[in-house]
Amino acid sequence: MAIDTVMWSRLVTGLTLAFHVIFATIGVGIPLMIAIAEFMGIRKKDPHYTLMAKRWARGFVISVAVGVVTGTVISLQLALVWPNFMKMAGNVIALPLFMEVFAFFFEAIFLGIYLYTWDRFKNPYTHWLLTIPIVIGAGMSAVFITTVNGFMNQPEGFVMEAGQFTAVDPVQAMLNTATFSKVFHVLSSAYLTGAILLAGIAAFAMLRKGVSAYHKKALNLMMAVALLFGMLNTLAGDVSAKFLAEHQPEKLAAAEWHFETESGSDLILMGWLNAEHEILGALHLPKFLSFLAFGDFNAEVTGLEEFPQEEWPPLLVHYLFDLMVGIGFALVAISLLYFLFKLWKKRNELNKWMLRLVALSAPLAFLGLELGWFYAEVGRQPWIIRGIMTVEEAATTSPTIRTLFFVFLLLYIVLGIVCVIVLRRLFNNNPAEVEMEKWAKEMHNQTIDKGDPAQ
Amino acid sequence: MSYELIGITVLWLFLYGYLIIASIDFGAGFFAFYARLTKQDHLINRLISRYLSPVWEITNVFFVFFYIGIVGFFPDTAYYYGAALLVPASIAVILLAVRGSFYAFENYGSKKSLVFLFLYGATGLLIPASLSVALTISEGGFILKQGETVSLDYWELFTNPLSWSIVGLAIVSVLFISGTFLTFYASRAEDHAALKLMRNYALFWSTPTIILALTAFIYLGQHNERHFQNMMDLWWLLGLSVAFFMIAMWLIYNGRRYGLAFICVMLQFFTAFFAYGIGHYPYILDPYITVQSSATSPAMGFALVAAFIGGLFLLIPSLWLVFKLFLFDADYVKGKK
Repeated sequence: MAIDTVMWSRLVTGLTLAFHVIFATIGVGIPLMIAIAEFMGIRKKDPHYTLMAKRWARGFVISVAVGVVTGTVISLQLALVWPNFMKMAGNVIALPLFMEVFAFFFEAIFLGIYLYTWDRFKNPYTHWLLTIPIVIGAGMSAVFITTVNGFMNQPEGFVMEAGQFTAVDPVQAMLNTATFSKVFHVLSSAYLTGAILLAGIAAFAMLRKGVSAYHKKALNLMMAVALLFGMLNTLAGDVSAKFLAEHQPEKLAAAEWHFETESGSDLILMGWLNAEHEILGALHLPKFLSFLAFGDFNAEVTGLEEFPQEEWPPLLVHYLFDLMVGIGFALVAISLLYFLFKLWKKRNELNKWMLRLVALSAPLAFLGLELGWFYAEVGRQPWIIRGIMTVEEAATTSPTIRTLFFVFLLLYIVLGIVCVIVLRRLFNNNPAEVEMEKWAKEMHNQTIDKGDPAQ
Repeated sequence: MSYELIGITVLWLFLYGYLIIASIDFGAGFFAFYARLTKQDHLINRLISRYLSPVWEITNVFFVFFYIGIVGFFPDTAYYYGAALLVPASIAVILLAVRGSFYAFENYGSKKSLVFLFLYGATGLLIPASLSVALTISEGGFILKQGETVSLDYWELFTNPLSWSIVGLAIVSVLFISGTFLTFYASRAEDHAALKLMRNYALFWSTPTIILALTAFIYLGQHNERHFQNMMDLWWLLGLSVAFFMIAMWLIYNGRRYGLAFICVMLQFFTAFFAYGIGHYPYILDPYITVQSSATSPAMGFALVAAFIGGLFLLIPSLWLVFKLFLFDADYVKGKK
């Protein structure tokens, strides 16, 4: 297949989003973890947790910087790469885009204040309060931008007249049918990924340098958060599947290789297709697809053959879907196992294999995230606005887009590598234990200066 | 006032806001790099990073805000500018990306690197240059339209003196605005060595600023007669601009009231920027897009204005808090906090 400008436009946007989503998820997930850690530190008067909040915030700024700049790139690419799309849809989606920037503005302001006001307030809770606008701002920007994606999947809130949107209702467009399940899934997976990332880092540190009080506390705290959001995320995934079955049956059918409409349909795991669309080597779970889609083992599920073949999403999405779901369950299982080991006294929850599993779950979580987004986006091809505008009609016609793909690829490679180097340097040269000791010494000196050795 | 007029006014205000705070940021990057090269960095680098660290993200948001706002209020702009500016705008956002992330790497990371600082300084001048292309093409005559396909006429763009004078003006204004602001900030910090250096920079960059402003104005007259005439009708705004410039220079030259001097510089650019903007009305892109023809539907326009007012209730108190904590808190500025 020759790669035309439309395909290059797809690749440019896909590349930017795939890179951005890593940092965007960190940007949404981590502030909540920082807030929890700082709160625990103040509440329990345990400096380990306060140090956690400080160290996480330090690493967070570096990744936020990359998130901010790639976010700027994608917001401009909307018009640069998809001018026809923005011209048409701008009438309907401008409001959530605008509000997203407000939420982000709000977060940016308080993040700046938060970072530079440690020890500036008498009451420690005052500084902690600054995390609230950051968590809210980060969460809300995810909510608003997800409503835009919801609109592209489930366009509502307008009347079509001669190829133009008229009688636009921006609020209805924002609160389209897809919005709830999407927002729920995006937020739960972001908090899950944030917690798993930090737990994975703690586990990795203990694997390399042995168990320490600081990392043990970090792991415990983050595994608890991961368990909570892991379960919520599973629920969110179920809500999303039920939404798809009802409103976007072709996307679910493509994910499940479900060609013929039938009741009591099987859930198909992995496998492959031959040229006649027969499924080989797959694991069949009888009647599970009906249950997954409608909560009833005998419900009728619409098959792909109900749709014209040129409107089928690529059948490859089956693998993306299966792997995403698999990873989602694995993450919940790992955090459950961790707490089972903890409860079961004979087992040490910090054994090598458990730590290895936790460390591995961090990259897995990000992989799951990418797969999920690829499924969601590739699964609505060939549409850019489902049922209204195809990707072909929306793309730029400029052949320069091909060169730009490589320029942006280079940019992300450089940003990614330098970001990792900077983060490694920041933490490897300054392990938590060393920082803790230094900090304790300073506090000690201060109390001596004040002539209050009792403290 | 109709919603599209409110829209364009608000957006113009935001673009002005971006012009000021981004200039401070871009110029500071260049000064920091230049000072390192001339081994004077010990004088001003701490001052610059103390001001910039808490606010760099806010600067970026101003830009995205303006951009999302204009595409929201006037979706046709996305089509024309989007298609025509694919290359220059992509360059600008790549530079912004490099600059933003490397700033964070340099400042919050652990090792100071000359390469990072060079990227940060150089991009500070290249970004205003690449962004100013959008202003240039808004004057008309740089866009080729064949059927439905819109593209940029690079030959015309690169050979036209107007585009070069606008690029030049963008760069020197950045250095001038930044220089006067950092002079003020140094005087608040009571950092005499930095004050002396920054005051020299500010005085130095004032002359090219005023010369290039005049040059750009003259070439504008040759390129777009209508716009030029409209601006001439606003002669009193331009006159005020020059008056504010002279007051600012007089204050800085005599070494007093640096805060007032910076406010005068802000007013100087405010009056000139609005004279330029009002003169441009009703066109957003001469002759394809006018404010009225490209406006979004009334329901969306209303929703955007409502969201904007709601958002301001959040933004103004928070911006005030930032200023109070980092700009007007004498102890912080002096480095005691």
